[in-house]
Amino acid sequence: MNRLHVLSPGLQTTVQDLGRFGYAHFGISASGAADPLALRAANLLVGNAENAPALELTLNGGEYSFGQPTLIALTGADFGSGLPLWQPVQLRAGEVLRCPRATHGARAYLAVRGGFAVPLVMGSASVHVMTGVGGRPLRAGDMLDIGDAAVRLPRKPARGFEKYTPPVPERTASLRVTAGPHAREFGEELYRATYTVSEESNRMGIRLKGAPLAAHAGQMVSEGVPLGAVQAPPDGQPIILFVEHQTTGGYPKPATVISADFWRLGQLRPRDRVAFERITLPAALELLRDQEEWLYSL
Amino acid sequence: MTIRPASDRSLFLSFGAEISFAAHQDVARLTRALAGVRGILNLHPAYNSVLVDFDPRLRTHAEVEALIRARLASHEFETPPPPRHVEIPVSYGGEFGPDLADVARHTGLSPAGVIELHSAAEYLVYFVGFSTCFPYLGGLPPELATPRLSAPRKHVPVGSVAIGGAQAGIYPLASPGGWRLIGRTALTLFDATQTPPPLLRMGDRVRFVPVEILP
Repeated sequence: MNRLHVLSPGLQTTVQDLGRFGYAHFGISASGAADPLALRAANLLVGNAENAPALELTLNGGEYSFGQPTLIALTGADFGSGLPLWQPVQLRAGEVLRCPRATHGARAYLAVRGGFAVPLVMGSASVHVMTGVGGRPLRAGDMLDIGDAAVRLPRKPARGFEKYTPPVPERTASLRVTAGPHAREFGEELYRATYTVSEESNRMGIRLKGAPLAAHAGQMVSEGVPLGAVQAPPDGQPIILFVEHQTTGGYPKPATVISADFWRLGQLRPRDRVAFERITLPAALELLRDQEEWLYSL
Repeated sequence: MTIRPASDRSLFLSFGAEISFAAHQDVARLTRALAGVRGILNLHPAYNSVLVDFDPRLRTHAEVEALIRARLASHEFETPPPPRHVEIPVSYGGEFGPDLADVARHTGLSPAGVIELHSAAEYLVYFVGFSTCFPYLGGLPPELATPRLSAPRKHVPVGSVAIGGAQAGIYPLASPGGWRLIGRTALTLFDATQTPPPLLRMGDRVRFVPVEILP
């Protein structure tokens, strides 16, 4: 059987698919790829089902090799591997794949034809780093079996992926949001300011620093919170709830990041700047449709 | 019940502003009625609300709202299953309950009096949420209500039995936390290698049984 050998694991490399659904009423959030668009594209390019388990690399990507010739695709941020991104690439047996570091953007996805054959926990291969559900980040010396779950022929290099890659660092990332559950209790601060991504951000939440948000609401009863919710804790510094977010919370939420911009959340890195733009629900769904169409053009 | 969008892939269903048994019954009924429906990805029940995540590629907000209303109109989900009764053995005080003395001071009871009241009550699991199988328990005797710590602990040990204001809970994982710790249970509430259901689920009735009282 073909295997991936972890020569060096990078900062936080985990197996991810699109997440573990159906367990939020037990307090277990979906987890899944931080940039789900890049994971899906990587899988489609090598001929896998879009939800196949792949590797998520974070900031420092590590070094890997395969026991046999292997068809891979790398998508998301450029980690300096020297290989072309967003297209199928054939590696030789034993060839070392080096992904030193992302110069901008935060995450890359490594899909292999056939997928990684890892055990599913509650129906998903996703590692939930905070709780240990689904496993743990990779360590040097780990080996992962390669499966044979390819479902079609590999695809041609993707076109138009530039639209879905991290912006150059000097630029401020624009996050589009729809009104959140408590939008009426907030002023316009969120839309006037530019925020900086804090070093304390992780897969649970993206913490921002900037103009504080003031809610005009009192104490709240805990309630369910959606992925991408912008929440305002007492100090007013916004936190965007991310893939390993808590399922319920008691802070007010002025806005929610749209589904079509989830991939941008996965590419934010500490010190990046972000600005929020409010759009309507129909506009958000139209953007999602465009993105899905692009994905299926691969 | 009011229904409004919480995001481009979720609806927020509210059953009023109060924490009550009636609201809990509505929440539990809706959670039963929507479990496993195609296109619905996750349900986040709480005290008096449910957040419903769905796949916006398969269903629109209007379709999901219509589906929720139709399911609620059906009598099929009206009768709750009989409640499960779960006993939680607790070692109270000492290193396991570092805040027991503070709770006693705040409530004007002796530590033994706190333990007696805490273990005499029957609790209801209103919902399970927050961060991994945390049970939100109603039914804390009002005399035991104690405000949370002003600065949360960085590390609360797994199994800690706690009071947070008028609520009771148990920490299923070691985590940061601001509730007052009065004891600890050796029962496993959450096991990362096991598929849920976890030990405690919405609607369960819980009692704490003292197995050890440390000075």
